[in-house]
Amino acid sequence: MPEPRPDLLPRLGAFARLLHDAGLEAGPRRLTDATRALGLIDLKQHDDFRNSLRAVFVSRKEDIPTFEAAFDIFWAPPDPRASAGMMPGRNRPLPLSPERAQAWSNALGLNASQMNRENEAEFPASSSGYSARRLLEQAPWRVAERRTRRLRPSGSGRVDLRRSARHAIRSSGELMTLFRRKPRVRRRPLVLICDVSGSMERYSRLLMIFAHAIARREDLEAFVFSTRLTRITRLLRHRDLDRALDLVSKGVHDFSGGTRIGDALGDFNRHWARRVLGHGAVVIIVSDGWDRGDPSHLSAELVHLRRSAHRLIWLNPLLGSEGYEPLTRGMVAALPHCDDFLTAHNVQALDDLGRLLASLESRRKVR
Amino acid sequence: MCTGCLVLFVNVSAPATIEDVERRLRERRYIGDRALGTSIFLALKLQKPLFIEGEAGVGKTEAAKVMADVLGARLIRLQCYEGIDLAHAVYEWNYPRQLLHIRLMGEGQDRRAAEREIFSSEFLLRRPLLDAIDNDDATPPVLLIDEIDRSDEEFEAFLLELLSDFQVSIPEIGTIKARQVPFVVITSNRTREVHDALKRRCLYHWIDYPDLDKEVEIVRARAPEAADGLAREVAALVQGLRGMDLYKVPGVAETLDWAHSLAALGATRIDANLVNATMGAALKYQEDLERVREQVPALVEKAQRA
Repeated sequence: MPEPRPDLLPRLGAFARLLHDAGLEAGPRRLTDATRALGLIDLKQHDDFRNSLRAVFVSRKEDIPTFEAAFDIFWAPPDPRASAGMMPGRNRPLPLSPERAQAWSNALGLNASQMNRENEAEFPASSSGYSARRLLEQAPWRVAERRTRRLRPSGSGRVDLRRSARHAIRSSGELMTLFRRKPRVRRRPLVLICDVSGSMERYSRLLMIFAHAIARREDLEAFVFSTRLTRITRLLRHRDLDRALDLVSKGVHDFSGGTRIGDALGDFNRHWARRVLGHGAVVIIVSDGWDRGDPSHLSAELVHLRRSAHRLIWLNPLLGSEGYEPLTRGMVAALPHCDDFLTAHNVQALDDLGRLLASLESRRKVR
Repeated sequence: MCTGCLVLFVNVSAPATIEDVERRLRERRYIGDRALGTSIFLALKLQKPLFIEGEAGVGKTEAAKVMADVLGARLIRLQCYEGIDLAHAVYEWNYPRQLLHIRLMGEGQDRRAAEREIFSSEFLLRRPLLDAIDNDDATPPVLLIDEIDRSDEEFEAFLLELLSDFQVSIPEIGTIKARQVPFVVITSNRTREVHDALKRRCLYHWIDYPDLDKEVEIVRARAPEAADGLAREVAALVQGLRGMDLYKVPGVAETLDWAHSLAALGATRIDANLVNATMGAALKYQEDLERVREQVPALVEKAQRA
């Protein structure tokens, strides 16, 4: 088996650092695997080289585009068209911090715009902030539990024949004690789908603080939409609120845009529902119902969504305002399909939501 | 026939190159691509588990089955589900037999000796994971851990441990260490995110839907009873469906079901009536069926031109 060329290993190390800066897991173990893998293939086969590194360094589908972009930037032969940004596939931006992007573009002799994702619209600021967060963090509620399929020893419940028999062996085959077990309980997962379009601008910061506070203690999947749907679960995992909000505002491309609720929910139903609605999840949609799309489209998607959710809750921030009747076209279309319709205009209202979540029955609401 | 004397000596060597993997998959009518061949080749050589993700019905499980055949190894399959525990995945004592045995021994026997006897491998029910690391196979088996996304975190944590040292400890017997490391294939439909720590131990491969030419090739290989024209049109039809806005996009498994159904009806070409009558082979949601039904003539026409 041919040894990799001696100058390949430092290059590989640098490539691993680039992947690391772009957010992939590229630690020493993977670097070792990559080195071994390259010793096993014919390095002149460009595709095999790329496929091998992908198999080692990528471990989820979402990371494949980042890997491909990094690979193109790092390993492609120098081409004058590339630095002019004309070569397809070579001008995909990488999710690097601005400082790292600068450092890498210097090192690789490219211009910085090829490395870095363009900076997006700022997250809409608002005055209600840290006090809300404190209140939410101290809120006394937890999401209701569901029974899982996993059984745990218990004083009551069904007889655990296995354990009882096992014990009986010690007493010469006499069943002296009956052990029991019953299903273990776990908290239900929450799925939050937030409208951050123009009409919701006043509330979106509070909502993101709410989402961040919940993510710290519950099993939460979070999405935002205005014209399209973006998953922000991973962004919210950052412990520091400001950093998390910063990541969200950079990661979401259409804050304060128009609203197409039906499209956003359709996107959710097709691409995410199967992945995040297992285990009896509770879905919370936060929106004022101002929708530019077709209301019948919205109701069709809600019907589908409700079928896979344990409970479908709609939070409307306008509901708290005086004299408001849920008469926007979107809201009229949505109302018959939601299990609960609550307000979300202030922290007190979010606390009401918490109490509802804590008291969910184990059966679905009769619809 | 005397099955006892039917011993087949098949001398199968491990694939030496990526081309070799590709060729052997193809010989067994599995049409993969070069990237999959590379991932399998590296997983074999680096002795790492291969984690295969992809939408339902793109051939993840089939890849593992075919690999077992390629290697001349036994396939050991563990189907995951919520609540799967060690008693179903690793081992369990055969309690009824133990109880019976202890009763038959009668009084007066040394209790310690009796316990030693009934907690011996004779009374052990071996489940797939124990079987995979403790066996006398001439070739290390292929262990398929199917649909890991259906199991829960506890089971994932256990697997993580198993895949790092390939050993299992049974309190009454001791630690059993694998004499030979099995070739492990883990599949996931991505109904939930599998923990990074587990994925980190594996090589990763994402199987995408095939393009038209590859899908035609797959139909010809797997549904040889379908006429050539039919194979192409069915594949093109499904490719068209994948471009539509559907709740459940049909996978390759659905293409094959559809080709089988149409061939069984004696069809050699598709037409709107046939498609309407057999659409349930590919589409599994009422809303999807309705949506497609409106467009069947256009879809058929497009597929016939492809």
